[in-house]
Amino acid sequence: MNLWAKLMRYCRRRSPWLFHMNGGSCNGCDIELIASLTPRYDAEQLGVRLEGSPRHADILCITGPITHNAVNAIKTVYDQVCGPKAVVAIGSCPATTNVFIDSRTLEGPLNKHLPVDVFVPGCPPRPDAIIRGVAMAAGILAERAGKNLPVEPVVMPLIGPGCGGACGCGAANHAEAAAGEVLS
Amino acid sequence: MNMTTALARLLIFPGVLFAVPAAWFFLWVERKAVAMMQGRIGPPFMQPFYDFIKLLGKNTPPREGVSGLLMRLWPLIAVSAAAGAVGLLPVLPASGGFEGDLILLLALLELPSMCIVAAGFSSRSIFGEIGSAREAALSVSYNVVFLLAVVSIAASQHTFRLEALAHLPATPLQFLGVAAILICLPAKLHLNPFSLPNAEQEIYSGPMTEYAGPELAMWELSHGLEWVAATGLVATLAAPHLTTWWLAALVFVALSFGIVLLLSAVASATARLAIDTTVRFYWQCTLIFAVLAVASALFLRFRS
Repeated sequence: MNLWAKLMRYCRRRSPWLFHMNGGSCNGCDIELIASLTPRYDAEQLGVRLEGSPRHADILCITGPITHNAVNAIKTVYDQVCGPKAVVAIGSCPATTNVFIDSRTLEGPLNKHLPVDVFVPGCPPRPDAIIRGVAMAAGILAERAGKNLPVEPVVMPLIGPGCGGACGCGAANHAEAAAGEVLS
Repeated sequence: MNMTTALARLLIFPGVLFAVPAAWFFLWVERKAVAMMQGRIGPPFMQPFYDFIKLLGKNTPPREGVSGLLMRLWPLIAVSAAAGAVGLLPVLPASGGFEGDLILLLALLELPSMCIVAAGFSSRSIFGEIGSAREAALSVSYNVVFLLAVVSIAASQHTFRLEALAHLPATPLQFLGVAAILICLPAKLHLNPFSLPNAEQEIYSGPMTEYAGPELAMWELSHGLEWVAATGLVATLAAPHLTTWWLAALVFVALSFGIVLLLSAVASATARLAIDTTVRFYWQCTLIFAVLAVASALFLRFRS
């Protein structure tokens, strides 16, 4: 791998810009995504920036069970994000349609329509888990860029006050663990 | 004034070689200062550099025809104008080099914002057009004050030459002018009370909505260079006259840094104003002081 490619990989995993898209979510996950940028969790330490335009974004964060109305919008926005890109499904809804399963107004789950890279389960997931998922997606994006590898979604472990160390963090502060992971 | 010093000033200090890292540094200082004011830790030191390299490696959507060509061109014009403006700053004492005057510097400082207006309209995005219209309205309102302040400084010193302006002993009127320029800087740099044109989330990204990859990298760089040029202009006008070149450079960097901190503090402490409030602020509140400054400068000049 030449020097430029190495530098590019290094920079890509340190600068994930997000675009947030609501696919019929109840707003619970949206609030948690915004909470991950607030002083308590401060995702900007990892270079995360919430962008206003999908053209600027690297990672598309999708919440909600993908309603009939949202599905075409989500596909359009996915095409508007310039490559290399990754998709993070936030919450249990885009993964399984959650409690809305079998509803006739739904087109979910999300991976029927888009190649999802990281699932962050939870109803809603904690901001720590979202930051960790985004950091993971940034890593995947950096590794995959240019190689055109097939997408194999990563399912993040459920973390929370009672995670019992399942996420491997071993610490109360998951954001710190995530930071350590992405910067190592 | 020979060719070598002119090139050295344009390419090394305070030109491109100094200006580009300084642009990234000021972008970082702004983000870090806002983060610290909000009780966050903020981005790592190299963040603007990472963002720039990452954006260079991203794809851009296919652009066709004249508007596609223009969309690639605007960011480049903005970057070169801002870099030229930084290169013109009379930082080092009596070093010779290209002696531009204040009018050229003002024109180069104004070009990036004109490019932003044009860029929004040529992107044909509705949000880009709204952003461009706001940028144009904002530019018309703060520029009157900005130009009057500059005219008052020039009139009080009897010259439009940058070199002379930086090195003549300061008059009290000059400080009034510098204060007026300082009030215009948040609008010029799209900082928070006047961050209307790119109003994040509100109108997506304003004029930048359709720009991606390397084009966006150039916009980020031109924004950083605008920071360096605009704070540098205030720093050179406010700095005391020093004959040692390294001391002059040091004072220049320290003053610019202080102004960046001040502007970031203002940005994080305020919320975005509506366009009519902004225009009223510049036309009604600030204009009076600018007119007073010009009037007293002219009055003093005719008396002397």
